[in-house]
Amino acid sequence: MAVDAQAPARGFYEAKFRTCPETGLKVCAQAEALIKANAVVAVVFLAVGGFFGLLVALTRWPAVHLLPADWFYLLLTAHGADVLLFWIIFFEMAVLYFASAILLNCRLAAPKFAWLGFILMLVGAIVANVAVLQGESSVMFTSYVPMQAAPHFYLGLILFAVGALIGCFVFFGTLVIAKEEGTYQGSIPLVTFGAVTAAIIAVFTIASGAIILIPTFLWSVGYISHIDPLMYKVVWWAMGHSSQQINVSAQVAIWYAIAAMLLGAKPLSEKVSRMAFLMYILFLQLASAHHLLVEPGISSEWKIFNTSYALYLAVLGSMIHGMSIPGAMEAAQRKRGLTNGAFEWLRKAPWGNPAFSGTVFSIGIFGFLGGISGVVMGTEQLNLIMHNTLYVPGHFHATVVGGTTLAFMAITYLLVPLIFRKEIMLKKVAQWQPYVFGIGIAGISLFMMGAGTLGVSRRHWDIGFSDAAMSFDYPAMAFAMMTMNGIAGVLATVGGLMFVIVIVLSVFFGKPRTPEAIAATPTLGAGGEVVAQAGSETHPKLPGTIILVAVFLVAFVLYYYVNWKYLSEIWPLS
Amino acid sequence: MSEQSTGSADQQDERVPAMQRLLDNPFLLLFMGVATPAALYLIWGVMELSQVPLAQ
Ligand code: HEM
Ligand SMILES: [Cu+2]
Repeated sequence: MAVDAQAPARGFYEAKFRTCPETGLKVCAQAEALIKANAVVAVVFLAVGGFFGLLVALTRWPAVHLLPADWFYLLLTAHGADVLLFWIIFFEMAVLYFASAILLNCRLAAPKFAWLGFILMLVGAIVANVAVLQGESSVMFTSYVPMQAAPHFYLGLILFAVGALIGCFVFFGTLVIAKEEGTYQGSIPLVTFGAVTAAIIAVFTIASGAIILIPTFLWSVGYISHIDPLMYKVVWWAMGHSSQQINVSAQVAIWYAIAAMLLGAKPLSEKVSRMAFLMYILFLQLASAHHLLVEPGISSEWKIFNTSYALYLAVLGSMIHGMSIPGAMEAAQRKRGLTNGAFEWLRKAPWGNPAFSGTVFSIGIFGFLGGISGVVMGTEQLNLIMHNTLYVPGHFHATVVGGTTLAFMAITYLLVPLIFRKEIMLKKVAQWQPYVFGIGIAGISLFMMGAGTLGVSRRHWDIGFSDAAMSFDYPAMAFAMMTMNGIAGVLATVGGLMFVIVIVLSVFFGKPRTPEAIAATPTLGAGGEVVAQAGSETHPKLPGTIILVAVFLVAFVLYYYVNWKYLSEIWPLS
Repeated sequence: MSEQSTGSADQQDERVPAMQRLLDNPFLLLFMGVATPAALYLIWGVMELSQVPLAQ
């Protein structure tokens, strides 16, 4: 082994490694410990935030109407922050460390800073939760001014963001070390490139967050007298929306990773997939403007350029990934001899492995429910039909729960044996978990979108207007939708609970992986080591994927058309 | 070129296409990924808002 004699002098720590018996990769002990810590804390916030989500859904179920109004808004704020920010971003830190140090066979840069970042994030998340639960900060996680939260609500978010930014720099530092020490050949693997995309978007996200949250914090303690609400919205959404694009990038990287690890799938064309990520880097953040589509004072040029012309390039990126990943799976499966008909490769895929089924549902729900509704809603004219209705949470539960959360759950089933080196407990529960959770989430997302199409607003405690001065009658169908949403919410909660129980039991009480168990049930499928390599599949034939893509495009076009038709009916021009 | 000794010869001889050089440079990508939305979304957006007349 080459020894870097100058390393201690440059302040480098002495890295400890083990060699992974399943992948042959060198695993940096510090990176491994950080992945564990971030993933465990992430799951705790998912459990807490998911429980709040159930209470919110039960309140919006008209026959149950569980919480009083003040608790509804309080827990809705906590739900948004705990799941959207804390669960997802803690997990993303684990993904960044995995995609850099582990996949590049390299030591982690500056682990002390990485731990500092972790602690800042943890303290920030706890402080923000305390602020919300104390009841003075029920401002929703968007915290639009002039609504004012307690100062420690903003402070908690700021600490959390600073911690996450440190994590991003540790990630970039690790890339530099890997390059300097030549721990990989040629270009970085595609999964790592996806993580680079996520980290770049994270830097923009956090910088925008700092620009807006620091003045807002100062305003909450009285040092600044006034913050313009529209200015707040514009800058806040540069953070609020872009952070969703961190999720998209991380989740797509995970899709590639799981396809590679389980099936040995190589991207159809690595060049094209990397270009698709480049489209994300350049254009995805611009979609932030879709939150301002009905705002006065901003031109249609700005709105339409950002949410349509430029964004469609990023949507193109997503559609490339959406074709490329099933295509890579199909190519790998066909190579194994599963060549009958258009779909033998899919039928005979490892459906009993929750990492696989979770990935497939994640792709399906994200693309069909989240992607199509997102493009429709991001069209300036069509947006008028559903702006600020429940259609919006319907859309983003498809993207951020069905897509991101389910993808993160799926890879956790691989991280437990590979990084925690424990057996998955309750295998049967684990096997069914993605199905239950996936169906539940598809349900809440469809029913909220349905209710939103009928005009039901989001963030609204009582659509019956029982004690309101002016009342309004929603169609009976809207109430039925909210009931079905409640039922689907219970199902999703059961699915979420199954995940939390399986993971907590496995991590803390699971049997350690023995060499015999590894030989008998390897975590990676044949050829799984391609996850840590760059390179493409050669000359694949993909009839099955072509059919799936055609179905997607037809659904997309029809749904887009239906919404224009609907717009013309609710807004007659004669 | 003396640093040739660090890589395999054929890797160094082949001219790397510009696009690939861009994609292999995370810091250039970082710059582009921050500058593009900063210009098109933030700066353009804030400029428009600053032109809205104040209510008296
Ligand atoms: C058990 C699973 C879940 C259920 C039943 C659930 C249900 C709900 C419901 C009913 C709402 C309120 C919609 C409204 O009244 O405006 C809501 C809001 C929200 N949910 Fe979930 N959710 C779940 C999981 C998640 C997850 C995992 C995430 C993020 C990854 C998430 C992110 C959000 C966000 C960001 C909001 C908006 C909060 C706001 O308007 O300020 N949810 N959820
Ligand atoms: Cu958005």
